This record gives sequence, structure tokens and C-alpha cells, in this order.
Amino acid sequence: MLAHFILALRNAGIPASITEYLALLRGMKEGVADYNVDDFYHLSRAALVKDERHLDRFDRVFGEVFKGLEAPEGEGFETLVRQLPEEWLRKMAEKLLTEEEKAAIQAAGGFDKLMEMLKQRLAEQKGRHQGGSKWIGTGGTSPFGAHGYNPEGVRIGQEESRHRRAVKVWDKREFRDLDDSVEIGTRNIKLALRRLRRFARQGAATELDLPDTIRSTANNAGSLDLKMVPERHNTVKVLLFLDIGGSMDDWVKLSEELFSAARAEFKHLEHFYFHNCPYERLWTNNRRRRESEVSTLEVLRKYGPDYKAVFVGDASMSPYEIVQPGGSVEHWNEEPGSAWMARLTGHFRRSAWLNPMPQAGWGRTHSIGLVRQLMEDRMFPLTLGGIEAMTRELSR
Amino acid sequence: MAGFRSTENYIASRDLEVAVNAAVTLQRPLLVKGEPGTGKTVLAHEVAKALGLPLIEWHIKSTTKAQQGLYEYDAVSRLRDGQLGDERVHDISNYIVRGKLWEAFAAERQHVLLIDEIDKADIEFPNDLLLELDRMQFFVYETKETVVARHRPVVIITSNNEKELPDAFLRRCFFHYIRFPDRETMEQIVQAHFPDIKQELAREALNVFFQIRGVGELKKKPATSELLDWLKLLMIEDLPPEVLRSSDPKVAIPPLHGALLKNEQDVHLFERLAFLSRQRQR
Repeated sequence: MLAHFILALRNAGIPASITEYLALLRGMKEGVADYNVDDFYHLSRAALVKDERHLDRFDRVFGEVFKGLEAPEGEGFETLVRQLPEEWLRKMAEKLLTEEEKAAIQAAGGFDKLMEMLKQRLAEQKGRHQGGSKWIGTGGTSPFGAHGYNPEGVRIGQEESRHRRAVKVWDKREFRDLDDSVEIGTRNIKLALRRLRRFARQGAATELDLPDTIRSTANNAGSLDLKMVPERHNTVKVLLFLDIGGSMDDWVKLSEELFSAARAEFKHLEHFYFHNCPYERLWTNNRRRRESEVSTLEVLRKYGPDYKAVFVGDASMSPYEIVQPGGSVEHWNEEPGSAWMARLTGHFRRSAWLNPMPQAGWGRTHSIGLVRQLMEDRMFPLTLGGIEAMTRELSR
Repeated sequence: MAGFRSTENYIASRDLEVAVNAAVTLQRPLLVKGEPGTGKTVLAHEVAKALGLPLIEWHIKSTTKAQQGLYEYDAVSRLRDGQLGDERVHDISNYIVRGKLWEAFAAERQHVLLIDEIDKADIEFPNDLLLELDRMQFFVYETKETVVARHRPVVIITSNNEKELPDAFLRRCFFHYIRFPDRETMEQIVQAHFPDIKQELAREALNVFFQIRGVGELKKKPATSELLDWLKLLMIEDLPPEVLRSSDPKVAIPPLHGALLKNEQDVHLFERLAFLSRQRQR
């Protein structure tokens, strides 16, 4: 029974080991917890989970193993909150819309746009209330109403599974925010970015190493023996390229958080802005864009290959903006964006792309695939897990 | 066995009680994490009080080395004594200075050992303490003796999550994440600390407090310790509860906000919110 539980935990990605399993068994034998399921839940959580990011996953596994709950893929409503499966929404809408209405939607910005709005609406609603069920698009102003998409009776994002009457502790899932595949806050990003920080001693020996001097002087029976060490440098240098404007506006806040976190972490950090895709010009101050423009070639000349380049952008644009000369939405570009991307990634030994779009949706946008190709698959989602993977990649 | 329970001064949730008791019974270190100001350090004091054991505190700084918790060899005094021809110089054990861990190991009775803010130290720090915390023993190279704990201390470790702790270390610990208390628990906590507070004042203050925490963009959300400081100030100033009632944080900055908001950007944010809502009313 319990071995099954441990295996389920490990399958869910919680690194519970034999040591911890034995600790749990001993705890039960010693009667640490009372004989009820709540106490057992508390005890097993303390023994098996060592990272608050795993608490949410633990709650889910616990619920499944000990309550016979369906896995989230079924009709579990939690999945809807967590990932908002677009397929389902699409089918839902397809079923409810006539051909004319679909055409009208296309005219109003296309299906993806609509899905985008629905997704935003969901996010907003989840932010305003905590718990409880929400209803989408009841107002006459919503585009869903206008286009005849009548979702009444469709319950999206019910916080608690409706299969049970009483809500148990693990079903409250209060640690959801700490799961590393969802949360993106300034503090957490800071944590992940710390991975990037690599202290290394290099350069000339300039600092007096007092403990070593004393030790070797003592070893030398009292005659002075000076020891020096090189000064400590933070060797990580980072160039940050931020996508701004246009499709990126939704994500500007996220990138700003990343940016503010990054600023405190590195001694050598430069940032540049671009729109959708880097071309021959970048700028350093979005408000005074014209005055702060620098040539991309200049950037390549100025910063050595040892800088780590991090691009932040949703990479969602028309494919022409990447592959076609003159494809930029803002100006006439002599060379396609892909040439500039190749130049940048070729020059900097380590580079990565952070994408704030949910990873599940990457396959649907053609340009994301293109950028991924250009980055040789070094694209990571803007989540704690993604940032950790990125920093591992960058510091390898 | 004398277990750990919520006390008059410290409200512990059931899961925290279970975690503490499990760690005490199985003689493993308990790692406590949580938002700053949710009572991680205080927990060690309360556990010591509940179990009736003395407490040894070891506060970690960025320069702290694991070795310092065991012992330090004072080479400088030995060198000086050697040059002055002091007799003590022949016995090396005169220059071994005991650390907190040794103190706890050598004590006549069981102690509670608090290792506070372990994440402040170098990344290797927890790794260097693996064996010491597991077997509760270590070896002194200078004198060739092994120090074994006479009574395994109850070890409580706190972390603010500034560094990731190594897996091997985590595997040896029990873990508890102190969640931010909900309203009901918070009322109990306020009662525990200020038994003679006016009910109305406490209610209004909690309203304002949770409203402030609800504002999304705060850099540093106020936590329990800030709330308690603020309440103390409110009681000293003897403000009537009505003052708080009007101060929806969206309309005005709450009185004595210095105790709650620790960041000038947060104060600015509130000023801006207040300004905006005044404009809207006009």
C-alpha cells in the first residue's frame, strides 16, 4: 500500500527516497501521529516532501492514492484551472458556433485571439476571487456573448472537485502557488537566477589570505610566511534582450519582474530592447527609443563571447518577420531577423530564449517553432522550472 | 512522551505539531521554511519551552563555516604563547575552542539546538554538517578524539529559501513549510499576544491587514510579526477603531503604516492607489 504511494510520488516527480520512506514507517511505528488520515497526511508530508514547490504535487498524489480520485486527465476540473486546455475550449466553441459566426470571429482577429481573451478573462477571474466556481461570459459585452458562444452551464475552474462533499486538507491545494511549474514572482525568479551566479577566483593574487598566512606562519615556527589569494569576482556576465511592444504587452509585467530580479544578481548586466525579433538596431531605453538606439553590430563588437545572452519574448509573430528581408512590422530591414538571430547566437557562446507563453501552446504558433530552431531548442518557459533549466544550460 | 502542542503564546497548526513531534521522536533535524515573519525562529523557543529543554542558538551568517559549529583551533594564541614560552603551549587541547554543536553534544542533558537561517551560509555549509547531524558525532583532528553526543539534541533548522539546500541534506531532515495563517488562526494569534486588546480594534485592524496583503503588487507583504508590531503601536497610541474603519487601503494609507510597509515603493504604491480612488470619487 505505502510502497505504491511512494512510487506514485516518484512518478509525479517528488524525489522521495528509501531513507525517507523508512523514516515514515518508523514514525508510524513510534506512534508519532494519531490513527487518523489527517495526521497520517501531515506525517507523510513532513517525512517525504522536502521542498515547498512539491507540496502541491504531493497533495494531488495523496488525493489520488488514498481516495481513488481520477487522475487529472479525466474530467478533473483542476486541470482546467491549471492548464486551460485550449483543445477543449475550441471544441466547446466549435460545437456552439455556426459557420457564419465562425467567419465573424475570424474577422474580429481570429480564433487564437479569441482564445487569448478567454484565457485572460479566466486568469483575471481567478485572481479576483479565491475559490468558488466561476462563470464565463455572462455579460453582453464579452466577445463570446457577441458571437453567440453561450457557455452558460459550462463550469470552468471549479476550485474543489465536485465529486466529494467534504473538502479535505489536501484538496484545498493551498500550495499550488509554490509549484515550480506555475508560479512566477520576483522572489522566485531571483532564486532561480541565483543558479547563474558562479563565484570563481580568477586574476592576480592580490588579497592577503590572513588565515592561511597565520597557519603557515605557525607551521613555520613563527617566521612570517605571507599567503595571497586572487580577489573574488562574480564572473557571470549577462546580456538581456527584452521583447517590448505589440504582442508582448501582456507579458511586459512578467519580463519586468524577471528584469528587476536579474539586475540585483549580476555585476555585469546589460539590457537591450527589441520588438518581436532582433534586427540591426536595438535600444536601451524604451521611452526614449530613438535617442538610445545602438547598432546590433556594435553590441556584438562591444561584448565578448563570454557574455551569456538571454532573450525574453513570446516569439509570437508573423513568420515573415523572421525569415523575410523587409518583414519587420516597424521598418524596412535589409536582412531577415533569422540572420541577426544567427549572428547573436553564434557570437555569444551561451544563449537562451525565455518564453512567457505557456509551453503547452508552443506547438500552435509557427514562429515559436522557427525561433526554437534558431535557438537550437534552447527555449524555456518563463516558470521557475524553466528558468532553472535555462540557468543550468547557461552555466554548463 | 511530552509532545509539542500549541501554547498560549504560540499557535501551532496541527501539521506543525505532527512534524515537530515526528522529528523529536525519530531524532532527526526539522527543517522549517516559510515567509519571513511567520514565526520560524520563535518555533524553536517554543519547542524548547514545551519539552522543558534548554535552547542553544546558532545564528548563521554568510561567513559562517560548518567547522565553527564544531570547534576552532586557535592557532594565533598558540603562536603567541609559543613565542612567550608559556607552558600551556605543549597541550594542543588548550587551544581548541568549542562550537555550538559540541556544546550541545557534550551537555549533561538533552538540548534543543536552533540552526537559524541556514541558507545564509555558503552553499557547502549543509553538506559539511551531514555526518555530524546524522550520527551526532565528529572527530577532532588536533587531539585525535571523537566527540559523540551524550544526548541527541533536538535540531531545528530554519531557512528563508535564499539558497537551495542539497538533496543529501534534505533527505536527513523532516520538513515543514509554515503557511501564512488564515484569518481565523490570525485572530487566535492576536488573542494569544494581546489578551486585553479591544475586540473591535482587533477586528478592524485585521480587516485592514488582510486588505493590504491582498494588494497584488507589494514588494514585501506584511507578515505576522509586522501585524503584531502594528497592533502594539495602535494600542499604545490608543487609536479608536473608527479610524481604521475609514481607512480602506484603497482610499487612504492606514495610520502608523511604517510598521506594516517596509519598502518605500510599497508606500508609494499605496499613495498612488489612494490618489486614484480620490480622483474617481470626484
